[in-house]
Amino acid sequence: MEKTSTRFHDETRTTCFHCGELCDEEIILHDDKDFCCTGCKTVYEVLNENDLCDYYDISDSPGSNQKKENNRFNRFDYLDDPEVLDNLVDFKDEKNIHVTFYVPLIHCASCIWLLENLHRLHEGIFYSRVDFINKKVQVKFSREKIGLKHLVSLMAGIGYEPQIHLSDMVHPKKPAVDRKLIYKLAVAGFCFGNMMFFSLPEYFSEAELLGDGFRELFHYLNVLLALPVVFYSATDYFRNAWMSLKNKSVSMEVPIAIGIVTLFLYSLYEIFVMGREGYLDTMGGLLFFLLVGKWYQQKTFDTLSFDRDYTSYFPIAVSRMVKDREEVIPLTKIQVGDRISVRNEELVPADSKLLDEAALIDYSFVTGEEVPVRVRKGALVYAGGRLKGSSVQLLVQKSPSQGYLTDLWNQETFNKEDQEDSLASLATRISGKFTLTVLLIAFGALFYWSFYDLPMGVRAFTAVLIITCPCALAMSTPFTLGNVMRSFGKRGFFLKNSQVIEKLAMVDTLVFDKTGTLTSPSKAKIHYEGEALSEETLSVLKALVNHSIHPLSNRINRWLGDIPAAMLAQAEEVPGKGLKAIYKSQNVFLGAASISGMNDELGTKSRGNKVHLLIEGVHLGTFYIESGMREGMAEMIQALGKSHSLHLLSGDQDHERPYLEEKFGPGMHMHFQQSPKDKLNQIHRLREEGKQVLMVGDGLNDSGALKAGQVGIAVTENISHFSPASDALLDGEKLRYLPAYIEFARLGRRIIKSSFGLSFTYNGLGVFFAVQGLISPVFCAILMPASSISVVLFTTLATNYFARQKGMNEKPTSGWK
Amino acid sequence: MEVIFVLIGVSLVMAGGFLWLFFKAVKSGQYDDQHTPAMRILFDQKAKNKTIKKTPKKTK
Repeated sequence: MEKTSTRFHDETRTTCFHCGELCDEEIILHDDKDFCCTGCKTVYEVLNENDLCDYYDISDSPGSNQKKENNRFNRFDYLDDPEVLDNLVDFKDEKNIHVTFYVPLIHCASCIWLLENLHRLHEGIFYSRVDFINKKVQVKFSREKIGLKHLVSLMAGIGYEPQIHLSDMVHPKKPAVDRKLIYKLAVAGFCFGNMMFFSLPEYFSEAELLGDGFRELFHYLNVLLALPVVFYSATDYFRNAWMSLKNKSVSMEVPIAIGIVTLFLYSLYEIFVMGREGYLDTMGGLLFFLLVGKWYQQKTFDTLSFDRDYTSYFPIAVSRMVKDREEVIPLTKIQVGDRISVRNEELVPADSKLLDEAALIDYSFVTGEEVPVRVRKGALVYAGGRLKGSSVQLLVQKSPSQGYLTDLWNQETFNKEDQEDSLASLATRISGKFTLTVLLIAFGALFYWSFYDLPMGVRAFTAVLIITCPCALAMSTPFTLGNVMRSFGKRGFFLKNSQVIEKLAMVDTLVFDKTGTLTSPSKAKIHYEGEALSEETLSVLKALVNHSIHPLSNRINRWLGDIPAAMLAQAEEVPGKGLKAIYKSQNVFLGAASISGMNDELGTKSRGNKVHLLIEGVHLGTFYIESGMREGMAEMIQALGKSHSLHLLSGDQDHERPYLEEKFGPGMHMHFQQSPKDKLNQIHRLREEGKQVLMVGDGLNDSGALKAGQVGIAVTENISHFSPASDALLDGEKLRYLPAYIEFARLGRRIIKSSFGLSFTYNGLGVFFAVQGLISPVFCAILMPASSISVVLFTTLATNYFARQKGMNEKPTSGWK
Repeated sequence: MEVIFVLIGVSLVMAGGFLWLFFKAVKSGQYDDQHTPAMRILFDQKAKNKTIKKTPKKTK
């Protein structure tokens, strides 16, 4: 490769040829190109050797930064394990293996190009295909020429390391996508189109002109085409109707099934006995529209997963130490008593004891507290914590499937047994009454006509059942909800399914988690007032806060940054009060007012937590620590407080109560020191009071509560990151729009109600003619599609209009990888 | 007019043929990924020349 570099050489800023990031630490010049680290250079070399530098031409600096990449040579050893192999691959035979990897780093056209040219890197690979949206790549390779392990290290070597998690091992591969609905829709569409074609002459009496032969042929062809519609496309409706009747309820499927059966049987009677045309074309159209509605509603955010459990968070392999030699084994094979080695940024896979002096563990996901916790030798480290800093050795105490984290997850009470829908959807609620009314009218008409003209009575009876088949009614809900869901998606609010919208609209009680949800710890502000602190005092402070795992100590620790800690004699923590230590025979205190023996001066109004520093009883200064509130939270809470009752659940001590009360006003009920189980019980209590509860949380500590509420929204900083199981995912930055979301969900409900009104009008009109026996097939063939289409138009236009009005259709959220 | 019988048969067979083709396409996974093929088609087969036009935006 000769001079291909076109990168600008600013005096001050040089960007990496591979990843495009600023080379602020060092610049490695290689082949006339600048690289920010050896990792990026190595990737370039590999590509250059194999003549794959087109990679750099398709997009600008397409690579991902290699600085943080873990380059341990043996980290893929577990892939040699036959059990792992069996669980990971899609297909294997004597010669070849097909495997699909999840590669989260896929982000641009260059990525696709490079990953689809893997075969140029190694002759053992003969096929690779990228699914950009799902960030997946399927690779087919020869198992003799390149093993799974080498394939993965090869991909890691060019900067595209596949992400392999425990869930890939534990859960069997998902069956292929369910395409039944598409097939049913296609069959219904095909039959409907052709039936319309054969029925058209009837509408204009052309069939008379063509002669009886044609008429009958057309009728029989219609019957033939109707068979797949009834016996294939419509099967879901029959099954669901039957299921709901068995459960002694009347869902929307019941009147639909009645309508379809009546249409079909009556048409057969008309065609074979009376020699007339029947209503089969109407039936085909009806089912086609119904299935379109179903398909529209079913379209969800496939790429997001709402039901992740702890296994998709855990790594697949761990390094076990056997006689000072390290071996990489699958996590499933780990046993109590094993010594394992965990490195920087790796997860602790099982509850274990720390064998090294000290370690910093980030429990943000388990507890919601983002500041790492210092653990000392011999202490228990819980699974799910992420190690920060140099590698440590741990002694496994419990197998991964029995750890604290998994216990939390598997708790009986946490499992959302598909709760009885106390909030049945609007459609389900009216369908019972609707069906009853229709049957009453139909039998009424039969009864009335039976005095004068029995055949006429039967006609009126069937006509009522046919004309009231709630096609338009059944379509208003899916289309409205589908549209609302799409609008939400554009605004960074992703719902698991469309039923969530109706539940969201009914919510009257909102419960918030504090840490990570309303506050984001990274925004915490620390402010120090008092005498200037010398280097020495700072290092004493550092040593002091290192002794504590209290959140406030952790924040101060972070504020202090990377400074060396002094050696302290006799450091101890007085729970709930502060820290005491002796340094160079001086007493050092750091903590609350009561330990420092002074009164909280009332003058300085609450500005978050106060931490006092005293040396030899002399007050040196005070740290003011505010929990970093997300932007717009106070306004959001005030807006919501007008129409909802609000609760706050926090695992923290209540030292922030005054500050939060000031921010949120008196409407917020606050509960502190809530364990995950307390949170769950709070939600249960509220629900027993008949409240419709919306839980907003972020971490694993909220997972029970998220499941217990009618609606659980998981707030996350990055949508594709791991989040607890929930009904909806919300980007943390968008949390302040929550009032608008709820408002819009309510509007959606109102739109559904109005479209019900519209379709009742059609039904009323139809029934008016039907009871008089004035219904003809043409009349049906026009009225039914017209009513469906107008209802769909109405809901689509209305939702989009209101979405625009409420600012829901603003530019799509970008910036999420 | 009897030719219409034949035409009807032909039309049904043709429409059925399209339906079958659609099924085949769905089954082969053609509609599973609707995004990547649109990007893939822009790659040059043998991109030796260095002045391939760059895709305007990087979705990073």
